[in-house]
Amino acid sequence: MSGVRLLVGTKKGAFILTSDERRQQWDVSEPHFPGFEMYHLKGSPVDPNRIYASQTSSWFGQVMQRSDDGGKTWEVIGNEFNYVGDPGTHQWYDGTQHPWQFSRVWHLEPSYQDRDTVYAGVEDAALFKSTDGGQTWTELPGLREVSGPMWQPGAGGMCLHTILLDPANPDRIIVAISAAGAFRSDDGGETWRAICHGLKSEWELPDPVAEVGHCVHNLAMHPSKPDTIFMQKHWDVMRTDNGGELWTEISGNLPSDFGFPIVVNSNDPETVYVVPILSDHYHYPPEGKLRVYRSRTGGNEWEALTEGLPQENCYVNILRDAMAVDALDSCGVYFGTTGGQVYASSDSGDTWNAIVRDLPGVLSVEVQTL
Amino acid sequence: MTVRVVLPGHLRTLAKTGKEVELDVAAPVTQRNVLDALEASYPMLKGTIRDHATKQRRPLVRFFACQKDLSHESPDALLPDEVASGKEAYFVVGAMAGG
Repeated sequence: MSGVRLLVGTKKGAFILTSDERRQQWDVSEPHFPGFEMYHLKGSPVDPNRIYASQTSSWFGQVMQRSDDGGKTWEVIGNEFNYVGDPGTHQWYDGTQHPWQFSRVWHLEPSYQDRDTVYAGVEDAALFKSTDGGQTWTELPGLREVSGPMWQPGAGGMCLHTILLDPANPDRIIVAISAAGAFRSDDGGETWRAICHGLKSEWELPDPVAEVGHCVHNLAMHPSKPDTIFMQKHWDVMRTDNGGELWTEISGNLPSDFGFPIVVNSNDPETVYVVPILSDHYHYPPEGKLRVYRSRTGGNEWEALTEGLPQENCYVNILRDAMAVDALDSCGVYFGTTGGQVYASSDSGDTWNAIVRDLPGVLSVEVQTL
Repeated sequence: MTVRVVLPGHLRTLAKTGKEVELDVAAPVTQRNVLDALEASYPMLKGTIRDHATKQRRPLVRFFACQKDLSHESPDALLPDEVASGKEAYFVVGAMAGG
């Protein structure tokens, strides 16, 4: 192990933050793709120098970028995301039907087996796959066949924002969509089914336990326990121990069970982190105190982690893809805020430091352990 | 025909070029042919100005030339002689949506 590399996507460019394994001193790059919204950057587990990036703009649309030298240089790759067949319609915010339309790539998930294979989760929600390093993209349309017309956008749009791959079983893919729910494929993405049993959305859905429509904000899985998945839902923190067949609530003593990101400690599959947010209306931390909550018991019993984090006058949000963990011992935990701070803990969350304080609003944070 | 095209800042960055590019455009010099030539020379701009499949202008992109807004003109209409001759530039513009 020689160090870590953070890939930080912001509203006005991407930044690469690097450190040695002590994670005390950090180099912050100049902005990559300045002026563009960088929704997500993620490196290949097979080849860490291979990094995929989603560059978007309301003016100029979706651009995809790829680096083969760890982010030093980039090349534009394919940006054609065509739905298979007529994608039809989905629910709009008011319950009417609305045409399905591509707008951007929210999340990229490179394969554990092949550096040229990568999945892209897009808005309006669909899953695309590339097997040629991102030059061409093909939709896996079976996902939309699971009650697609019943899906509806969350506040951020109708986005497929989370993709979990099982490192030992490339046929297992789990995705999450706002506001549709969680879905699982066991045949490499050909066929899908909703895995929402146990979720309740009393304030968002006419049928609180509907098959689809739940606003899942983020999922996390430890690679050694692929059947155990943790979920931050719009409200409620949940877990499943059977690959999504049944979810149970683990919000326990959290000050709020609303939030966006959720991550699992790389050294302990029962240690989980969330960042409670006051509510769907306020989108900032309770009491103006930025607190990461850690459970060492797989949920229900949570402790506030505050040392080094602002405990007054803090009204930032932490978006769903803006938290990540490294693979070092002790586990490093990182998150970025809508206020442009990137916080790091090199001791599993006990203490925190700001690596950088004044970036544009942070959309995503990923870590590569090199 | 050598046509001068002025690009907005974001697309200059993407295309790794300066403010203005010169393109050889086969007659007739229409917006479609100019944009086809632009995308042929700078393939990284495909999809950023027009939709890949329909070739429709993206909603927040506009086209100006000779002090006129050509955004809603037919893509197959002839551009002004001043643009076709290179005397005047054809502007690809990001719609004003700032502060």
